[in-house]
Amino acid sequence: MNSVNDRSRDIGPFVPAPDDDMLICRCEEITKGEIRQAVHDGMWTMTEIRRYLRAGMGLCQGQTCSRLVKGIVARELGVSPAEIEPATSRVPMRPIEMRIFANEAKEDE
Amino acid sequence: MKRHDLIIVGAGPSGLSAAVEAAKRGLDVVVFDENEKPGGQLFKQIHKFFGSKEHRAKIRGFVIGQQLLDEADKVGVKVVLNATVIGLYQDKEVVVKIGEEIKHYKADAVVIATGAAENMVTFPGWTLPGVIGAGAAQTMMNLHGVLPGKKVLMLGSGNVGLVVSFQLLQCGCEVVALVDAAPRVGGYGVHAAKVARTGVPFYLSHTIVKAEGDECVSGVTIAEVDDKFQFIPGTEKHFEVDTICLAVGLSPMSQLLKMAGAKMEDNPKRGGQVPICDEYGRTSIPGVFVAGDVSGIEEASSAMIEGRMAGVVAAEYLGYIETEAMDTELVDLEKALDGLRQGMFAPKNRGKAIEKTEEGIDISANLLKKGYVADDEIERYPGVTHKKGVHPVIECTQNIPCNPCQDACPKKCISIGSNITSLPIVVEDSDCINCGMCVASCSGQAIFLVDEDCGDGTATVTLPYEFLPLPEAGTKGIALGRSGQEVCKAEVVSVKTAKAFDKTHLLTMRVPKEYAMTARFFKAEK
Repeated sequence: MNSVNDRSRDIGPFVPAPDDDMLICRCEEITKGEIRQAVHDGMWTMTEIRRYLRAGMGLCQGQTCSRLVKGIVARELGVSPAEIEPATSRVPMRPIEMRIFANEAKEDE
Repeated sequence: MKRHDLIIVGAGPSGLSAAVEAAKRGLDVVVFDENEKPGGQLFKQIHKFFGSKEHRAKIRGFVIGQQLLDEADKVGVKVVLNATVIGLYQDKEVVVKIGEEIKHYKADAVVIATGAAENMVTFPGWTLPGVIGAGAAQTMMNLHGVLPGKKVLMLGSGNVGLVVSFQLLQCGCEVVALVDAAPRVGGYGVHAAKVARTGVPFYLSHTIVKAEGDECVSGVTIAEVDDKFQFIPGTEKHFEVDTICLAVGLSPMSQLLKMAGAKMEDNPKRGGQVPICDEYGRTSIPGVFVAGDVSGIEEASSAMIEGRMAGVVAAEYLGYIETEAMDTELVDLEKALDGLRQGMFAPKNRGKAIEKTEEGIDISANLLKKGYVADDEIERYPGVTHKKGVHPVIECTQNIPCNPCQDACPKKCISIGSNITSLPIVVEDSDCINCGMCVASCSGQAIFLVDEDCGDGTATVTLPYEFLPLPEAGTKGIALGRSGQEVCKAEVVSVKTAKAFDKTHLLTMRVPKEYAMTARFFKAEK
């Protein structure tokens, strides 16, 4: 088990930083400070961060920010970004309108 | 549900190459791509590629793209565009959004060749309109004919940053600075040198402090960083720009593989989340293969070979060829791939500070720090020689796998030898006939034809020139040195254009003879 999974580990208190108001996830307008705070609230994996903040859940589906979010979480936990458990990949892999998603093509094409 | 032998996701260099190899062996192949045009990044690549003949060297990227499409067409590959694969399920069920409908396909084998996406970096103001990826700039310029901006700052000195900077210059943009937090230029020295000699300043060990502007980018401040990447106070520099281009690396788009249940790893050396696969692209799921950037960031030439490997391996998996036949093919492909993975920029040398060439010559420190070889460094390289009359001066100073120059000369004046990464040498007692084929063949634009003493106190320098409009003979202007600084007055003697030069024009300028070895670019007087 790596240090990321050891939830009893003390990562210290949340210390405000001057760039906390910088937008990281543009689609859902999540700031660096919110992500850092979320780590201190106990969100240590990408999946948890996504569910807690919706970072990476918007139009681009994390194409732009997931690497950035991962870096911020890793730094807050004091581990390498490679150790952070990535988010689950699921369908639809690209943003898609519900009316199209539900529109199955006829079999005979 | 429609069935195919092989479904390929991504019609870029690796996907198309895989399709061609598989279809050639009798497989029924369909390729899905979410874009409206096929070719992946190839159709944005307007520069000549490096490598050897087998790697399609000295051919421009978009031409290679067209060749691949023609080959795919000939062997019956079906390429479906505007087709977004949104899921890869158990038993190789591929779900695709085509138009306004969702279609389901089933394949006996799948090749994932989805490529990569651009990385971003954050700084105050990074979300302002005008901050764009270098790839986005390339798409705007080369696919859509739209200028991304007028005054641009480029962050990132890898090959993408260097190549796109040159394209911006070709489009008439002003590139005010090329900036990188790393202490050394990351891309090929020849790419850097062709940007530097047009007058673009390089700021290594620098990065962006902030982008300024209310509605959109109106300026940018950079500052020097120390070896821990912390800003050094007092080193700030400000530029007025309308565009900031970010060329800070790529991340594999491997989500489909993860979704399908392939074993993944986070491998910083390969660019992030990648499937665990063998050297031919077999993932942990039988019948699911990968090729190109999705399995590790490299470049288009190696992606094409990886694609061919995946195509061959898929053909064997489905029983279209015997295992022995596959093994024979793979040996050749492996050799070709190995040829590309040699030299100073080989994957195995990534991150290493290489100080000497394979020949034991010191690498130009100035090239790594400033983007150009200093005048007092250039003489030590074997391609730089002196003789009476017109002769080639080859300013190729790093070991990269590339050799079109030695085949280009009809008089065999240039030799690289059997080792493709060796620095080119000028063959002794060879007779240059001033044909210019070497100048046009060099993908790095690093070969010049120089007559150091025309007998009247002047010298002539012939240089590769890829800017429009072409100056006419007699145009007076300024000769720039390797650094982009003005060195002397110059006059255009001729501009040669030929089909064999493939749009690299040969500009010959006359300069005072003492500047024969320093004048390397021509700028017309305004």
